[in-house]
Amino acid sequence: MIAIIDIGTGNLSTIERVTGGKITIDPDEIERSDKIIFPGVGSFQYVAEVIKPIREVLIKVIKSGIPYLGICLGMEMLFDSSEEGIGDGLGIMHGRIKKFNGIKTPHMGWNQVENLMDSQIMDDIPDNSFFYFMHSYYAPDTEYTAMKTDYGRYFTSGIRYRNIYGVQFHPEKSGENGIRILKNFGVIS
Amino acid sequence: MLAKRIIAALDIADGRVVKGVNFENIKDSGDPVELAKRYVSEGMDELVFLDIRATREKRKILSDIVRKVASEISIPFTVGGGLSDLDDMISIIRNGADKIFINTYAVEHPEIIKDISDRIGSANTVIAIDSMFIDGKYTVYIKGGSNNTGIDTVEWARTAASLGAGELLVTSINTDGTMKGFDVNLINRIVENVDIPVIASGGAGRPVDFLEAFNAGADGALAASIFHSGKCSPVDIKNYLRENGINVRL
Repeated sequence: MIAIIDIGTGNLSTIERVTGGKITIDPDEIERSDKIIFPGVGSFQYVAEVIKPIREVLIKVIKSGIPYLGICLGMEMLFDSSEEGIGDGLGIMHGRIKKFNGIKTPHMGWNQVENLMDSQIMDDIPDNSFFYFMHSYYAPDTEYTAMKTDYGRYFTSGIRYRNIYGVQFHPEKSGENGIRILKNFGVIS
Repeated sequence: MLAKRIIAALDIADGRVVKGVNFENIKDSGDPVELAKRYVSEGMDELVFLDIRATREKRKILSDIVRKVASEISIPFTVGGGLSDLDDMISIIRNGADKIFINTYAVEHPEIIKDISDRIGSANTVIAIDSMFIDGKYTVYIKGGSNNTGIDTVEWARTAASLGAGELLVTSINTDGTMKGFDVNLINRIVENVDIPVIASGGAGRPVDFLEAFNAGADGALAASIFHSGKCSPVDIKNYLRENGINVRL
């Protein structure tokens, strides 16, 4: 079962339809799931607060090696903390989420994604395809940076570490290529 | 590089699309979901749904339309019209909209901008501004363009941005419906004064109108009639824009 983490905001219907996952916030269901999708919409402090009851179980299942796909805040939550506000991320990856500086914020609209490493979720998707972004904060560059996007300068728009994937853009809002990402994630084992 | 956005506006009343609709080529022409699907297939970047009855008759937006659009459309869409209650706004997002927009209520109660952006995120919070050039200045109008607030449009744009708006949807009442071009001077003035994305609205009739809006600094350009009538498709406009040096998603 794919658990789609429900934090009370965000459009989960496309993700649910495409992946056949189950929308849940129940710790037992999350613990029993064999894949996790965390689609985050909202502010970092709000989401950090909402996931408190499932924080430990999330960390546990992600570390167990099951495939995880974090979308937007669901990717940012993998890190330690954020400039956006107080609250703890999951700390799976280290570093602090930063705010765009000196450029129009939020970064809003369709922008291109360049792949820096093989990432199964991007199978059959041409490099430099357009995806929809809607965010003011971004993840630090690390050895896990798998995708980059040019917004004034390049920033990390996707990460990958083993079975952990994160995308700063919204596949569920990015037409056919976005749907392809969700389908690709659905068949990762 | 970030692409400039072409956005279609769908005015909704009683669950049907209204305003300047001339659909000879599609079935069940006034159905918002069918029209939305057609636009997606034609390369539209984004959609905006305005519940035009909600402001006048204090009615809530029909959640089932939002849910249906969300389940069938895989590009972003914004919903608004008469929104004044935080729970209603959250409910629209919850039902599947990506962004909500607030107009009249935000002018009357600016603090709502901070409340809603703290809750659903600044990027999901759009402030719609209706502006009229009158007596030599740009002035904010509310309640569907019927009330002159006396507030300077650029000042209000700056305030909304500082309170947490993630995007401004700026409609010129002077040019709206004329199909003779956006109010590029207004757009330029606002773009110069805020550091959030600005969507130009009101007056699109030809591909060159979009070019002028983007050259004036708009991040997106919104139109209704030009698309509803089938006069131009988003792809036609984007091809023209690309030939003229504008980065678009094709």
